[in-house]
Amino acid sequence: MTDSAAANPALDPRKSFQGLILTLQTFWARQGAVILQPYDMEVGAGTFHPATTLRSLGKKPWRAAYVQPSRRPKDGRYGENPNRLQHYYQFQVILKPSPDDLQELYLHSLAAIGVDSALHDIRFVEDDWESPTLGAWGLGWECWCDGMEVSQFTYFQQVAGVECAPVSGELTYGLERLAMYVQGVENVYDLNFNGLDGDARITYGDVFLQAEQEYSRHNFEAANVEKLFGDFNRAEAECKALLAFGDQGDAKHHLMVLPAYDQCVKASHAFNLLDARGVISVTERQSYILRVRELAKACGAAWMKTEGSGF
Amino acid sequence: MSDLLFELFSEEIPARMQAQAAADLKKLVTGALIERGLTFEAAESFVTPRRLTLHVVGLPPRQPDQREEKKGPRVGAPEAAIQGFLKSAGLKSLDEATIETDKKGGQFYLAAIERPGAATLDVLAEILPEAVKNFPWPKSMRWGAGSAESNALRWVRPLHSIVATFGPETEDPEIVPFEIGGIASGNVTYGHRFMAPQPIKVRRFHDYLLGLQTAKVVLDPARRRDIILHDARDLAFAQGLELVEDEGLLFEVAGLVEWPVVLMGEFDKSFLDIPDEVIRATIRANQKCFVLRDPETGRLANKFLLVSNIVASDGGQKIAAGNGRVVRARLSDALYFWRTDQAPLPDYADKGKPLDQRLAKLRALKIVFHQNLGSQGERVDRLVALARELAPKVGAEPEKAARAAELAKADLVTEVVGEFPETQGLMGRYYAELQGEDGEVAAAIEDHYKPQGPNDLIPAAPVSIAVALADKLDTLVGFWAIDEKPTGSKDPFALRRAALGVIRIILENRLRLRLVSELIEAYETVLLHKQTGDIYVYLHEVTPNRLVTITAKLHDKTRPRYGAIDRSKDVLIVKSEGEDQETSSSVSFSLTGHFGDKARIIQRLPSPEFIAGDLLAFFADRLKIYLRDRGARHDLLDAVFALGEDDLVLIVARINALENFLKTEDGASLLTGYKRAANILKAEEKKDGAGAFEAPPDAGLLAEPQENALAEALERTEREAQVAAKAEDFEAAMRALAKLRAPVDAFFDKVTVNSENRDLRKNRLQTLAQLRRAIHRVADFSKIGG
Repeated sequence: MTDSAAANPALDPRKSFQGLILTLQTFWARQGAVILQPYDMEVGAGTFHPATTLRSLGKKPWRAAYVQPSRRPKDGRYGENPNRLQHYYQFQVILKPSPDDLQELYLHSLAAIGVDSALHDIRFVEDDWESPTLGAWGLGWECWCDGMEVSQFTYFQQVAGVECAPVSGELTYGLERLAMYVQGVENVYDLNFNGLDGDARITYGDVFLQAEQEYSRHNFEAANVEKLFGDFNRAEAECKALLAFGDQGDAKHHLMVLPAYDQCVKASHAFNLLDARGVISVTERQSYILRVRELAKACGAAWMKTEGSGF
Repeated sequence: MSDLLFELFSEEIPARMQAQAAADLKKLVTGALIERGLTFEAAESFVTPRRLTLHVVGLPPRQPDQREEKKGPRVGAPEAAIQGFLKSAGLKSLDEATIETDKKGGQFYLAAIERPGAATLDVLAEILPEAVKNFPWPKSMRWGAGSAESNALRWVRPLHSIVATFGPETEDPEIVPFEIGGIASGNVTYGHRFMAPQPIKVRRFHDYLLGLQTAKVVLDPARRRDIILHDARDLAFAQGLELVEDEGLLFEVAGLVEWPVVLMGEFDKSFLDIPDEVIRATIRANQKCFVLRDPETGRLANKFLLVSNIVASDGGQKIAAGNGRVVRARLSDALYFWRTDQAPLPDYADKGKPLDQRLAKLRALKIVFHQNLGSQGERVDRLVALARELAPKVGAEPEKAARAAELAKADLVTEVVGEFPETQGLMGRYYAELQGEDGEVAAAIEDHYKPQGPNDLIPAAPVSIAVALADKLDTLVGFWAIDEKPTGSKDPFALRRAALGVIRIILENRLRLRLVSELIEAYETVLLHKQTGDIYVYLHEVTPNRLVTITAKLHDKTRPRYGAIDRSKDVLIVKSEGEDQETSSSVSFSLTGHFGDKARIIQRLPSPEFIAGDLLAFFADRLKIYLRDRGARHDLLDAVFALGEDDLVLIVARINALENFLKTEDGASLLTGYKRAANILKAEEKKDGAGAFEAPPDAGLLAEPQENALAEALERTEREAQVAAKAEDFEAAMRALAKLRAPVDAFFDKVTVNSENRDLRKNRLQTLAQLRRAIHRVADFSKIGG
């Protein structure tokens, strides 16, 4: 924790949601990470940001950290559940290759936001991570603080169907949970967002409650199913078309990976909305997941032909 | 004698893999030592979340020397052969070889090669990195910069350091020198991650263990479990409560900490409205905490025990409070699930009571049971049919059994079971009771999954028995029908457990069931379960000319029809049961043409008789193991099973009677006489052909008095044994057999079976065949060993 943060509640990770974000950003900037901004698309998790999916492929070293708003249409609860949100923030760190002291770095970052390991029981509990839509898997843990899962810690083994060589380490902090923990509140909407008191105090509910209510209605009741099926199919076709456009017919060149990957992300979000609307049956579900995975894998393969991968 | 200390220090090893990993480490290293001629006094392995440790005691400093003899070419062999021999044996000249003479007098060269044993330290430097490289982790990974290389080291999680020291107790041990994956072996380890992370220099196991203890690491998982259990009981006792012991959880939490500290947390009393089992499942699955029981009420208390990994500077207050918050959040979810499950289900509110609404949802969702065995809804239909059919045979009311079977799977779509699958059945019972179902019906919903293992209680109430048997028989015939039988160690659908469950339910309740007909009934239910309007066409076996035999059945009243289908033309040839092949060929029609678009070809299936026979053999195997575990002779099962009996209660009664009989002198002696008769018959049947002596002996040809006596005894015995067997009095059947002993002994004593007189010979053999038949009415003695 920096001195200024301790002095100013608007910057204090224990007093404000924004202070938590700023502290993590500062911490990882000091570790040489590029501090990026959220990807400007609807994604289900911070992992979907191309700074993680695509940049974790290939030899080129890479260190980045960013906040990513994540949308899980199915998790909407109309603002009535104190823990569940259809839109929430993840703080994502990706380090390639994974440094030998990644666990220590992570623990230092917890200390930076005010979690004292002499007072709190921090544990690494087995949790193997898999993203069927991204064709990705890795081994790692859920990180527990006094019995609460506050982060995911993963050594990527495969992403977009490509073996990670070298392996990246990925940390995902569930910001709301972590903030609830350090602020000591039981309801996410009671989180102090700006750290101020009295009239000047802005809560998480002030910022997001209306959105949670409206988006829950949208995700479960209103989203136009016909349009979503159309969105999915168009994004899928466009992804394939763009990949074909950028393909130079050799192993060292591809001219259109990132725009194609955007379409893969779009298809994935359309699928998530359709899933929330309950119009995808159990058997169809698998086939949609496979279709998104095929797109992700094609993008991964194309990325390996670009300089971004370091060849 | 010297000791080895070997430690692999890594990031957190999943708790569930730890015990196996410790066993594997010991096996890999000691196996390799023995293979290289290195014996030792003792070996022990240990594991914590961050380290795998092996201690081998009493190794010699060197491998024993080895002497090998190498045979060379004959004396005077061509120069090239001589040179090749010298080279391969490592000799400079023939002077170093000796000349030996072989059995035929030829002379040849012999080289004696002395191979001095290597230093154990050097052998270990070979073995230990191999063990790391070949470690059988169920799942392993790469990490760090090294993972870019194709031959990168794999471990369960990143491996950080290796301790490997070797030496006698009296001296400073040496480091076993090797390097793997960029990690050099050494003599430094580390203490507890938070409380004592500093490096610790170690020499041998003794100071290593003490050093770790000082650095807040309890190396031995058994000790960590003891500490947890002891402290947990103490803490509970201090509050007037009892620990609800849970061995699986104990092993898991002992694998999550290096320094266990048990703390108590609590939650609001209002959560005690939730059933105890759900509270326990919630706290166990999500938080890995123990629950506590109030001995006065027998119900859970609003307290729980967690196992932390540190001695916190505030005595653990913050840790207990933090865990309490998470437990509360989880319990509010559980309470919400519990209440939601009792409320009407949106979209299904008009489908009856809450559990009936869930059943409607289960059907509507078409949740797959198995892709080749239809949906859960279809399975429920089969269970209803089977349970109703079984009910009268086990003393249950058919309608109650059918109702219980109908609701048995409805809890699968409840919120609580969705969250905690291990509460299936139990939740169904709670919800059934809450909606006013009959007590026997509610109990059967819970009991129908039982027994889950060899020591689980078996259902004893008639309705529960009917549904439990229906559930297991349907599972068995279903998976048999689609040829998903267990093989070797693979039994993904727990079919062995299901068969053992059937055996235990039948035997321990003394149920009189004909297993074959029950299996056929169950199979036909799977095959042809009656769902209005649907027609299922099942293909039997593929014949060489691409014809496929089929069984087709229209719903309800139509009798099974067997026939054939020409798949190339999609034409079906069907005949009613009993018609012969000629008639059937005249009834040919197109599959869809005849059955309409509702005809479905489900699966190629074997005939009911084949399935029942094959499954009966599977049951026999399971029964053997069941009896063996109770100390019975399994060869006697073969002897009794050969009679074609399928009533398990009778089979076991026969086995018991037979076992007792064989322990008597009469029994043992009769077995000897039987074997003699059977051997003679076998030899003579080779000459005269099988079945040559099956005709009854001719009374007029009984020449000797002993022949007469035996023939008389046989007639009497056969009659008595048959009567006794029919009355299911197998002890009496054995007593009848015992009367044969004296005449049989006398017969073999005085009568020459292979008489010169052909007629006499044949008649005597016929007498022996009759003896064999009479004994086989009780048991097939040829299957009895010894």
